Amino acid sequence: MGKLLVRRAWILVPTLFGAVLACFLIAHYVPGDPLAAVLGDRAMENPEIVAAYRAKWGLDRSLPEQFGIYVWNLVRGDLGISIRTQRPVVEDLAEYLPATLELALGSLVLAIGGGILLGVVAAVRCNSWVDQVLRVVAMTGSSTPVFWMALIFLQVFYAGLGWSPGPGRLDTSLSPPPSRTGLYVVDALLASNLSVALNALRHLLLPSIVLGWRQLGLIARITRASMLEVLSADYVRTARAKGLAERVAVVRHALPNALLPTVTIIGLAVAGVLAGAVQTEVIFAWPGVGRYAVESSQALDFTGIMGVTLLISCLYALSNLAVDLLYGVLDPRIRE
Amino acid sequence: MPARTVTHSKPVALAVKTRRRHFAQALLRNQTALAGLLVVLGWVAVALTVSWWAPYGPLQQDVMNRLKPPSPRHLFGTDQLGRDVLSRVMYGAQISLPMVAIVAGGATIIGGSIGAIVGIVGGRIDDLVMRLADITLAFPSIVLAMAIVAATGPGLSNIVLAMLITGWPQYARLMRGQVLSIKQREHVEAARALGASDARVLARHLIPHCVSPVVVAASLDLGNVLLLAAGLSFIGLGVIPPQPEWGAMVAEGRTKFLQWWMSGFPGLAITSMVLGFNFIGDGLRDALDPRFRTSKLA
Repeated sequence: MGKLLVRRAWILVPTLFGAVLACFLIAHYVPGDPLAAVLGDRAMENPEIVAAYRAKWGLDRSLPEQFGIYVWNLVRGDLGISIRTQRPVVEDLAEYLPATLELALGSLVLAIGGGILLGVVAAVRCNSWVDQVLRVVAMTGSSTPVFWMALIFLQVFYAGLGWSPGPGRLDTSLSPPPSRTGLYVVDALLASNLSVALNALRHLLLPSIVLGWRQLGLIARITRASMLEVLSADYVRTARAKGLAERVAVVRHALPNALLPTVTIIGLAVAGVLAGAVQTEVIFAWPGVGRYAVESSQALDFTGIMGVTLLISCLYALSNLAVDLLYGVLDPRIRE
Repeated sequence: MPARTVTHSKPVALAVKTRRRHFAQALLRNQTALAGLLVVLGWVAVALTVSWWAPYGPLQQDVMNRLKPPSPRHLFGTDQLGRDVLSRVMYGAQISLPMVAIVAGGATIIGGSIGAIVGIVGGRIDDLVMRLADITLAFPSIVLAMAIVAATGPGLSNIVLAMLITGWPQYARLMRGQVLSIKQREHVEAARALGASDARVLARHLIPHCVSPVVVAASLDLGNVLLLAAGLSFIGLGVIPPQPEWGAMVAEGRTKFLQWWMSGFPGLAITSMVLGFNFIGDGLRDALDPRFRTSKLA
């Protein structure tokens, strides 16, 4: 298992290097002078000031040297100063990231748990009403824009029925729990504040359902297809012939083998959740990295958007590594 | 000695014709694919003829009748400037359909060409291009597209460029994989033995056999292209208002919970078109799957 980890982690290095290089090149080829955004028009008219700042920030050096400075700054955790907030980008991201992680975790729990359950039941009861429900979920998930689904859910469950609390992570009358993980539900439980934990969970539910819907449909479809194949295998027939209860044959014998393709889809689901978070956070006023990215893009805050791009590509690469390792756990042949 | 032209013999030509007939039969028997085709063709018809029969212009304002619900006069209601939502949804097809066609077609042609060339050339060029593709695929599409649009500025041409940049790698990898597997076959070896150049082998003996999976992938991707474009317009990085782009129209109705028609109908338009594309893509994939053909047409 250790060898698998080292092998897969080694492949991560060129991917991350490539992502850093891509971000650097995109930032370098932005039209216009980056100094103009920081110094202002009057300072830009003074060539001595312009030359001094170019030298200070290494903008007068060659491209490879500038890239070296960029990488060194990244290693030291320096992603630049946000033009919009005038704060270090790394501080902004540290503030917004926990909200996105909480939303992503919530939606993945729903998508993976609900998707596997729905897929297994749909396979066991093929062509029943459960199968039809799966088809509708998968179809709506893959065809409906996330931002539109979010608006519909908000209009129906918040504005219409009043079942869901309003946008945001917590009711405005409540204070956030003492921060240990940044995840309000977890922090509130650690602080033994059940009312805040429940309130945070209620706020988390609707955006998690919206964000996880598409991934739930995908996971359910793959699980169903995989289960149908495995349920007709000889060893499952043997398990039934030995007199094992259907539930035992399905859960103990069929499901572990059927989960391998599902694990691959989970990797894609993480990417889908990170991408979908951008629009979902805007609709639900969720103070996460996705909303920060949108506000930075709208304000043409280039350091902000590049910081988010780099962060999300790193999270994506790490999630792929985790999926590869999980594959190794489930299938001993891959470990070898 | 110049390479001889290889012409199909009668049995081979008959086999090709039979395969095409089976493919058409498989596609036409698939009711969901037909339904998808009807939906998409319906939107194409709307886009082509909208200026003849739309009740109002896309930018025509009637401030006295702003935010009105659906009625016989305005079937889909009006927005905050009194513009007819039905007319704007119809004119929106003139923006969405060409954009999807250009992005999907462009990414397929560019990515497919790159993949075919590096597949046959191999070596360091292959390594370099595939690493470039891997780097592009390391980013979720919307995030990379946002970064590119933030660099180049919002607007229709810039989001098309951003989506082409994020879209080409998957077709390049797919085509390259197909070329690598098919270039080992005997008919390609025979063509090379007769003196065919790389370009001729690619054009006459490889691409015709590789194009089907790429076309299926492109058809399955049409819906994702539309969703990405609408998503970028929704967050303000796409088509610049007051152009009637569906994602931008949903954004305009975002804060107006009581005026549900402002977001409802444009969102329904996006969903219907994406559903149509998905059904067509599924139908094409099933029709080209030999297992499906054998079971359904026997």
